[in-house]
Amino acid sequence: MKRRLGALIRKEFLQILRDPSAIAIAFVMPASLLFLFGYGVSLDARHVPVAVVVELPDSDTASFVAGLAQSPYFEPQSFMDVTTARAALRQRQVEGILWLRHDFSRRLLRGDTAPFSIIVNGVDANSARLLEGYLQGVWQNWLQQRARTSGQPFAVPAYSTDRIWFNPALRSRNYLVPGLIAVIMTLIGALLTAMVVAREWERGTMEALMATPVTISEILLGKLLPYFFMGMGGMALSVVLALSLFAVPLVGSVWALSAASALFLLVALGMGLLISTLARNQFVAGQLAVIVTFLPAFMLSGFIFDIGSMPAPVQFVTHVVAARYFVSILQTVFLAGDLWPVLLANSAALAVMAVIFLGLTWRQSRKRLD
Amino acid sequence: MAEAALALESCTKLFGREGAPVHALNQVSATVRAGRITGLLGPDGAGKTTLLRLAAALLLPDSGRVSVLGMDTRSEGMAIQQRIGYMPQRFGLYEELTVQENLDLYAALQGLSPVEKAARQQELLALTALGPFGGRRAGQLSGGMKQKLGLACALLRSPSLLLLDEPTVGVDPISRRELWHIIENRRAAGVSVLISTAYLDEAERCEDILLLHEGRLLVQDTQEALQGTLSGRCYRVRREGTPRRQLRTELAKRPGVLDATIQADGVRVLVEGGSPPAAPSEQWDAVSPRFEDAFVNLLRGQAASLQRPEPPPPPRRDLPRAQDGPAVIEVKELWRRFGNFDAVKGISFQVQAGQVFGLLGANGAGKTTTFNMLCGLLSPTSGTLRVAGQNLGRAAAAARARIGYVSQKFALYGNLSVLQNLDFFASVYGLGRQQRAIRRDWALSHFSLAPYARVNGQDLPLGFKQRLALACALLHEPLILFLDEPTSGVDPLARREFWSQINGLAESGVTILVTTHFMEEAEYCDELVLMSQGEILAQGSPQAIRSQAATRDLPSPTMEDAFIALVQAHEAGLRRAS
Amino acid sequence: MFARIRALVIKEFLALLKDRATRVVLVGPPIIQLIVFGYAATFDLNHVPYVVYDEDHGSASRQLLAHFEGSPTFRLAGQVSREDQIAPLIDNQSALVALHIGPHFTRDLLLHRPAPVQVLIDGRNSNTAALALNHVSSILTAFNLQWMKEHGWHAPPALPELRSWYNPNLVSRWFIVPGIVALLTLVVTLLVTGLSVAREREMGTLDQLLVTPLRPIEILIGKALPGFLIGGLEAAVITLAVILWFRVPFNGSVAALALGVTLFLLAVIGIGLLISTLASTQQQGLLGVFLFLVPAVILSGFSTPVSNMPEAVQWLTRINPMRYFLVIVRGVFLEGADLAVLWPQYWPLALLGAASLSAATWRFRRRL
Repeated sequence: MKRRLGALIRKEFLQILRDPSAIAIAFVMPASLLFLFGYGVSLDARHVPVAVVVELPDSDTASFVAGLAQSPYFEPQSFMDVTTARAALRQRQVEGILWLRHDFSRRLLRGDTAPFSIIVNGVDANSARLLEGYLQGVWQNWLQQRARTSGQPFAVPAYSTDRIWFNPALRSRNYLVPGLIAVIMTLIGALLTAMVVAREWERGTMEALMATPVTISEILLGKLLPYFFMGMGGMALSVVLALSLFAVPLVGSVWALSAASALFLLVALGMGLLISTLARNQFVAGQLAVIVTFLPAFMLSGFIFDIGSMPAPVQFVTHVVAARYFVSILQTVFLAGDLWPVLLANSAALAVMAVIFLGLTWRQSRKRLD
Repeated sequence: MAEAALALESCTKLFGREGAPVHALNQVSATVRAGRITGLLGPDGAGKTTLLRLAAALLLPDSGRVSVLGMDTRSEGMAIQQRIGYMPQRFGLYEELTVQENLDLYAALQGLSPVEKAARQQELLALTALGPFGGRRAGQLSGGMKQKLGLACALLRSPSLLLLDEPTVGVDPISRRELWHIIENRRAAGVSVLISTAYLDEAERCEDILLLHEGRLLVQDTQEALQGTLSGRCYRVRREGTPRRQLRTELAKRPGVLDATIQADGVRVLVEGGSPPAAPSEQWDAVSPRFEDAFVNLLRGQAASLQRPEPPPPPRRDLPRAQDGPAVIEVKELWRRFGNFDAVKGISFQVQAGQVFGLLGANGAGKTTTFNMLCGLLSPTSGTLRVAGQNLGRAAAAARARIGYVSQKFALYGNLSVLQNLDFFASVYGLGRQQRAIRRDWALSHFSLAPYARVNGQDLPLGFKQRLALACALLHEPLILFLDEPTSGVDPLARREFWSQINGLAESGVTILVTTHFMEEAEYCDELVLMSQGEILAQGSPQAIRSQAATRDLPSPTMEDAFIALVQAHEAGLRRAS
Repeated sequence: MFARIRALVIKEFLALLKDRATRVVLVGPPIIQLIVFGYAATFDLNHVPYVVYDEDHGSASRQLLAHFEGSPTFRLAGQVSREDQIAPLIDNQSALVALHIGPHFTRDLLLHRPAPVQVLIDGRNSNTAALALNHVSSILTAFNLQWMKEHGWHAPPALPELRSWYNPNLVSRWFIVPGIVALLTLVVTLLVTGLSVAREREMGTLDQLLVTPLRPIEILIGKALPGFLIGGLEAAVITLAVILWFRVPFNGSVAALALGVTLFLLAVIGIGLLISTLASTQQQGLLGVFLFLVPAVILSGFSTPVSNMPEAVQWLTRINPMRYFLVIVRGVFLEGADLAVLWPQYWPLALLGAASLSAATWRFRRRL
């Protein structure tokens, strides 16, 4: 038993070493995908062009606009009147307009409430909302600053003191990159096994293997173990990239990360094995791997779209997406630390899925060709 | 009676095609006797592979039972797999692994101890002459060497029963002989062997024969018994002054004649029995029966569905035919290089109008490369070639309207019906609406495709796929027809029909260029070149090539004998030169 | 020439539509993705769970908390009575936000003294956190204005009037769903064209075609036209679904959209055919399609804005036809943009189409 399994594993490693496609899938693909997407996917707006229309400039409007210019979020551009600013918004030269009308300072001095306008391009609702938030932040800062400097008796009843846990700078990359690792590893794990098993079927080597006295468990383990180690290698590479290139903090422990990754890889490889036992053709297996692993992992894992905000039926569906649990673990371990309630609950879900996938594969694969 | 190494009891195996399951095997009962070589014969799709997989306990029968070495495959699959050696169709080798690593892997999988392993591998490497290639990757071996390595892997544990699935497909004649040498050596050591093959001439090396056709066992008998029924029914017929092809056509129509094929300098005839229906001025010599005769005899005796009337040859057209005129196809110093591998090494030949011209050789000899260059699918590295005075690779598209082409796998649109395929190719060749209808009806009736008109290409039986491919290539009445391995895998009757079509076309003046790795098909050609490793070994009429290889020991060699002799002489020449 | 191309197109359609797997690919993913993207892909916050630690229990805190309870964005996940109960709830993600109201909140407000509300927020998903903070601050502003009016505070010196063009309620579905027109058209067209030449090469029928009097360019047109027709049909059907089912306003002209679809399809077909001529098997073709598709979607601005990307990556997106087409679709749908406004999107698309189609033709001729 041991000798046969050893021989199968040795064979698999020799094949991996000599056929670069497996190495490409395990190492080059995650690294390049992470590299590209880590840079490409970001929800943090920087230097958003904003039109500033000040109809009657004076010291009050100047201090307001100065607050805008100091913020890294904006790139204010002055416009003479609101008509040209509107045209610029329509032409997509600016994303929003800050409009201080000619009576702004007068009403301030009078002690009235001086209204001013914030107009945003609402097509990209998410960005528009964030932009509105940033602009209101500028306004609130200005209010406080003005109250301090002018000594005018101004106070709001309730004000908030925010404490943002785990990601105080609200850097979107800090949560997107760990999520991306989960999405990419889902794809890699499934693709890796699905393609290599299908290749054995296609080349007829599986038939020759099965006619020898190997057991089906030996064949499955002989596939699972080598690609498990490959997958862990790819995972380690991704983590190193996340830490070094994207400066994502790792608050939790490395070993919690490794344990969760190992569990998740079992699920991903199990999915790949199941796909390949069901579809014995590299082409179909590849297609299935993409459709049933990548798209759900991308859309329904909470990596980018918040699961809590989805309609209830869709939320229910997300429970069968393994990446959902891994995304949650990764975001927690990276940003929040080893929070056991989160880790244990999600790991338990992953363990159940691993048992189901590997069990199904084991049941489905008999030592037969039909 | 000796103990049975393998026994099938009314086994049926169905393969699901949604709704309409296909019988891969239908109520087959058969035994393989211990200590003998049993040949499993039949055309593609007859169920040979299914039977071998049942024997290897890789499949279970839907009904009936299979016992191997006295054990039932249903309950004792693992125990059976301890005692058999199985080589699947593509040898089951890991191409990235070296010869030695493949042997080590299978030794471990079959549970050999390190001591046993070393001795066994030594022995097998010596037997297969693979010793010097231990470090080479399996993917870089020639077809013949792969096949020997696959066999060595199956033999590592001295199996009691050896199962081989078409081990000789596409392998050159010399490697085939070596393989048979190994098999006979193992039999001498007491191993029972079941070997499937599509080459009917290989059946003659087997002691027992199982013949499958469309999932049914047609025959199970010993070699001698089979041929016994044919003794006195095989003749070679010659008639002075009549070309062989014409004589064959004449004889095939004569009542009492079951089969007529061109062989050597005459026509080989199988008669129903009794006295031969000889005509005056013909010379009838009795010859010893071959296995193919037995097969044809059986098929002709089968159900009416198998008795397809030979279609009439196409109407004669008056095409310019000048035997000594300018060649229709001219090839001069043609080279083709892929990377640092020379697939075709400076070959030259000419084809006259109205000839059937053959390119013969094993897989990898360079036939298909040459063929593709002639069709304009591949550009030559150097050298010139002309087809009807032009290089098809560069000529205007209209020049291609003069040629017809049938590719290796009968490449048709599998999910288009027969009619849709015909319509498509007719339109592509620029036939007008009326002409299209005329030619389509011609194709349906001439090739008896009408009953299948609405069947999808992929669901046709292989013989009909071949007909459809030929029909599509003839819709526009080409002057030159290119055929790449047109007969591989089809049953002997379909092959005969096919050649009679081809010869009929040649009679009407169409020039035909055909590649094949069946040496005996060379006889249907007027002229041929024998290729090996990108070079032409011999060129000329079949008789001329055979006579080149005649020796005192072998006064009338077969084409295969001739091929082997020529290759060996060529290699000896190379050795002397180096 | 026309008759031959017609025969090729008919053949291509028959081959595609008679195959069950292909029919499934053409119909299945579009439906699934329309549903998934339409309903799952949203940045709008709903029922964000929050916990309250209210030490005050006075009228002001009750009034403030009523504002939160009335908001559809937030969902009360519970009250806690000790500060150390908050952390575990945020840790295990039962609550995203915690509001801590100090013991003197009502007293301070009644004395016209500003009082703090401490907002604790889980920053693991920074986008959700930022949006939730915005919502919290709007609710606070609303509460403040009401309180100031009722209790005679000075009005604030300046007050923003927020307006958003094209999408007044800032529904992110209006942004994502028109993008699906682009996404699905891309996927279907790539799958139809990207595997077509490779499939024939694998089956051996390509050689069969090449030895007929068909010119390579005719074969390519025969491959491109079905992709164009299927992609165009798919785009039309999804556009209708977006308008009729998801009720996204369609403010622009059909002509502007049609021109965009045409140019986009040409560019995508060119890329698909290029992949197909480079691949020798369907397997390689599929891998090629996949390797193009994934970055093309992610780096298109479909879910995250192009302007947030680093300069180099933004530059890379210029060769992505999806990037331009997304702007066109969203522009036509929401902004009612016309041909002149969209001109900066049309010409790069046309250029990409010309480049990719010529490259495919060149490759295809050279392969022979």
